[in-house]
Amino acid sequence: MAEITRDDVAHLAQLARIEMSADELDRMAGELAHIVDAVKSVSEVAGPDIPATSHPIALRNVFREDSVGHVLTPTEALSGAPDAADDRFKVPAILDEE
Amino acid sequence: MNELIASTAAELAEKLAAKEVSSEEVTRAHLERIAEVDGGERGVHAFLHVNTEEALGVAREVDSLRAAGGDDAAELHPLAGVPIAIKDLIVTVGQPTTAGSRMLEGWMSPYDATVIKKIRAAKLPILGKTNLDEFAMGSSTEHSAFGPTRNPWDLDRIPGGSGGGSAAAVAAFEAPLALGTDTGGSIRQPGAVTGTVGVKPTYGAVSRYGAIAMASSLDQIGPVSRSVLDAALLQELIGGHDPFDSTSLTDSFDTLAEAARNGSVQGLRIGVVKELGGEGFQPGVEARFREALELLRGAGAEVVEVSCPNFQYALGAYYLIMPSEVSSNLAKFDGVRYGLRVLPKDGPLTIERVMGATRAAGFGDEAKRRIILGTYALSAGYYDAYYGSAQKVRTLIQRDFDAAFAQADVLISPTAPTTAFRLGEKLDDPLAMYLNDVATIPANLAGVPGLSLPGGLADEDGLPVGIQLLAPAREDARLYRVGAALESLLEAQWGGPLLSKAPVLGAAKTGEVN
Repeated sequence: MAEITRDDVAHLAQLARIEMSADELDRMAGELAHIVDAVKSVSEVAGPDIPATSHPIALRNVFREDSVGHVLTPTEALSGAPDAADDRFKVPAILDEE
Repeated sequence: MNELIASTAAELAEKLAAKEVSSEEVTRAHLERIAEVDGGERGVHAFLHVNTEEALGVAREVDSLRAAGGDDAAELHPLAGVPIAIKDLIVTVGQPTTAGSRMLEGWMSPYDATVIKKIRAAKLPILGKTNLDEFAMGSSTEHSAFGPTRNPWDLDRIPGGSGGGSAAAVAAFEAPLALGTDTGGSIRQPGAVTGTVGVKPTYGAVSRYGAIAMASSLDQIGPVSRSVLDAALLQELIGGHDPFDSTSLTDSFDTLAEAARNGSVQGLRIGVVKELGGEGFQPGVEARFREALELLRGAGAEVVEVSCPNFQYALGAYYLIMPSEVSSNLAKFDGVRYGLRVLPKDGPLTIERVMGATRAAGFGDEAKRRIILGTYALSAGYYDAYYGSAQKVRTLIQRDFDAAFAQADVLISPTAPTTAFRLGEKLDDPLAMYLNDVATIPANLAGVPGLSLPGGLADEDGLPVGIQLLAPAREDARLYRVGAALESLLEAQWGGPLLSKAPVLGAAKTGEVN
């Protein structure tokens, strides 16, 4: 069984910015351990000589002219925002001032 | 049942072009069907939003263009006036796009997806937005924040997922066509369990611009329909290069409908993937699959066995790569730019704490599970062992496909290991749920196209079985040629489409008359 503790999940949840209750952390730790057990065999399959594939169809970079295309207007871009002011997204304090 | 809603999209297109019927009549018939079977406690619940006014407006526009005649009428797209339903993962101006999540409840996109622009340009009335597992994460549509969709074959069973809404809408004759998205089987597996057709095109053959991303290297938009020809017509309409999607292919895919109209397997080598069968596959699924192989042999195909030994690691690789991409793609739902914002109950009001509270309230259990799993797989110390190894397995799976396609023109397998299971049956067991996609995931990892079509009903439960065809990348036409051939062989045996055997839904069932 993979070792995933409740503290590990609490750390991951903090990195992923998801608040979790004590119950959720316990449940998630158990489920994650099961899932990781089921998938960990992939780490034993491929040797160092096998290249990694990040993208299914080989592509090369394509360049285009650096010209302004159609973009959203500020009103359109802000239309779904929970809070906005002066054509900008309005957010709560970035820094904790305590 | 109204003859119009029982027609395929190709049949409707012919009737519309011949002015035997108006688009308004066709669109109204489908809207009435939605009103009849979709709502209520025992409704199919395929739709999250019904777009009545806009759909009828587009229908009337097509009708008046046709009535006026001249160049405008001649230039109408062959599918103009044929209604379509859209999976609610694809953004649409004028209708909410929720992705099946509380996070985006009521959100209105300020722009259309490329596939929607193409559908609007071709003047297909959009009937509405269909239900899905939250952010397309699931195989049963039970992870939708807005309640599950029911399988029209048995309302107590799942319609597959994540695109259960689109598949059920088409199976319940609420729409002749629908769009889906397929990251690990979300078009093909719902197709299999609802007795409909679903295609995942070659990665990049259809623009992903405007499909809310789950796992960007795996996601693909594709057609959902009741016939192979209809799927081909729809893929031709939505496909093509798009500068707004950096992974969009420049190849042309304009011979798909022609391939579907000329279905044939004469002289073709069809490879049975040894690893996609046996343990875990329901006997009734395997029985229908073996019968399909016999039909193909009888029609002149050479059936060979191929081995793809690394497919056994595909599910594991997928459940590392997909959540890793999920954890990154879903980071944008932060309570700032769109969607939900929830303030923490107490303590200082900082953006970090607002994000934590917003994401706790906005995401369901499965989304959280995948985000946390992806965050874990990408963590320092685990990255090489998990994400890195999974990407190497992806290479091995591509090599398996290359070797198999050296011995066979197309590959074949059951689409899903079982028929539709009961609502709730696998909801508390994530691993059991993940196994539904064991046969569909390899295609996403390798980017190759896959098609699922109905293969008959399983003996033990009388529910639909899906047959999957796989072709090399860019060879989508081959799927339609073989799929159409197999479809006509099977329908000749059944004496009509499989869906004509589905139970009657709606008022007719209880003998009610309006």
